[in-house]
Amino acid sequence: MQMESEIKAPEIQKMETKSRAGITKQEYKLRAKNVDVFYNNFQAIHNISMDIVDKSVTAFIGPSGCGKSTFLRLFNRMNDYIDSFAMNGQICLGDQDIYDSCVRVEELRKTVGMVFQKPNPFPKSIFDNVAYGLRIQGIKDKERIEERVIESLRQSTLYEEVKDNLDKQALALSGGQQQRLCIARALAVKPSVLLMDEPTSALDPISTGKIEDLISELKEKYTIAIVTHNMQQAGRISDHTAFLYMGKLVEYGDTQKIFTNPEKDRTQNYITGRFG
Amino acid sequence: MVRLMSNVNRLKDKVFRVIGVTSIIFCLLILVIFIAFIIYQGSARLSWEFMISLPSRFAEKSGIYTAWVGTLWVLVLTTLIAFPLGVGAGIYLEEYSPKNWLSKLLEINIANLAGVPSIIYGLLGLEFFVRIMKMGNSILAGSLTLALLILPIIIVSTREAIQAVPGTIREASLALGATKWQTIRNQILPASFGGILTGVILAISRAVGETAPLIVIGALAYVPFVPKGPFDEFTVLPIQIFNWVSRPQHEFIINAAAAIIVLLLITFTMNGIAVYLRNRWQQKISW
Repeated sequence: MQMESEIKAPEIQKMETKSRAGITKQEYKLRAKNVDVFYNNFQAIHNISMDIVDKSVTAFIGPSGCGKSTFLRLFNRMNDYIDSFAMNGQICLGDQDIYDSCVRVEELRKTVGMVFQKPNPFPKSIFDNVAYGLRIQGIKDKERIEERVIESLRQSTLYEEVKDNLDKQALALSGGQQQRLCIARALAVKPSVLLMDEPTSALDPISTGKIEDLISELKEKYTIAIVTHNMQQAGRISDHTAFLYMGKLVEYGDTQKIFTNPEKDRTQNYITGRFG
Repeated sequence: MVRLMSNVNRLKDKVFRVIGVTSIIFCLLILVIFIAFIIYQGSARLSWEFMISLPSRFAEKSGIYTAWVGTLWVLVLTTLIAFPLGVGAGIYLEEYSPKNWLSKLLEINIANLAGVPSIIYGLLGLEFFVRIMKMGNSILAGSLTLALLILPIIIVSTREAIQAVPGTIREASLALGATKWQTIRNQILPASFGGILTGVILAISRAVGETAPLIVIGALAYVPFVPKGPFDEFTVLPIQIFNWVSRPQHEFIINAAAAIIVLLLITFTMNGIAVYLRNRWQQKISW
């Protein structure tokens, strides 16, 4: 895949989209077109255009403050709550512009789930945490809820550890278990995209390993976009990597290529740890 | 040289500790003396008889029946008015209102309102509720006035309680497709309810002790009957106490002391409930 040349200039991007062999339009899940983001007078994202491939893991790397979290949160409109937030450009899920006024943001978020940096279970039982997304949709059928909860906990590989006490307070779980619970909670509403904002940065290496294995399993069914500070992690789990610097997309392409033979010096320097 | 410095710092530390302990002892001592004095004076007068007697010009026949029933009426009505309004306003300001100059202006003014002397609220109540709305010197007029008085406190404490809920919980709920109201209803309010309730109870226990605004709106010192509805005339414990201590006869002073014990019991009980609720909710939720 020749994705690395798809940077900044929109003309180039158009040409590339046409000539890109072997990838049909349907294989893109999320598309950003000429996106700018502003916080008051500060421009956090500068004209980024990129497509995220369906059923794959796309990693966003870059130094702190480069805009990767801001960019990730565009895809489920979590930036909407920041008063000073403003954006230009388009974000599409499939063919739908998600910032279009006819889009109901609650519906969008059922399709585009999110896992946060710090595990953030609700102060409720394990069961109620996973069931929350279903209950707020108005689903009352207890059997159906229980089925989904167990299925989601199995998917997030937490079920075996908690199956005997689903009524246990979620905050009593370990950090790694809490994060897998948060993943189960996100999966329960059957999203097709999972956004992960540094999901392992607060976890120990063993828990991190479990989550990474989980991500590799999940990508068969879900499109995953993950922000990470951990270069090795991006290398291990992602199929595509985007390197952001100062709000600009410097380079985007196959992970293997970015890590072994990047086109830009800045990418090279960042990946080898010379700055950042 | 280094050791000398650290000795000086250690000395400062000690001095401050002594100052702190002294201040606490001073405050506690005053409270203890006050309570002991009141109990010594009034406890002998406390009896069931005293609780269920109407006021009279004979001190030994006088009781506080009308006063504590009036206080209960005012307490309940004030709560019913101030609780939904204050909590609703707090939720709106914290969760819905856009953060711009207008909301800042509102915020500053609410904080200012909390500092307005209570007698000013009394004057407002007299003009607006008693005269314009023609409620007369009724329990309803008094409760509305006191509700206005404590609204700013309830709003501020509601906002503080909501602010104490971690933003990550809000994000988690919204990211699952919950609406704003679902998030508030299912996550924010349960997590902040202990704090909100504590604020409300403390505000109401302040209202129970208020005298000045009720005197201004015309609550009577002598009410020969027990109020039966919100439109009846009324008196409350603080006014009864105020009336009795202003009499020359010693027996009335003793009556006042006994009434103060009852008033203190009411406010201490409410503060106790507030502390209990706070602890209970904090145990349930530890982030």
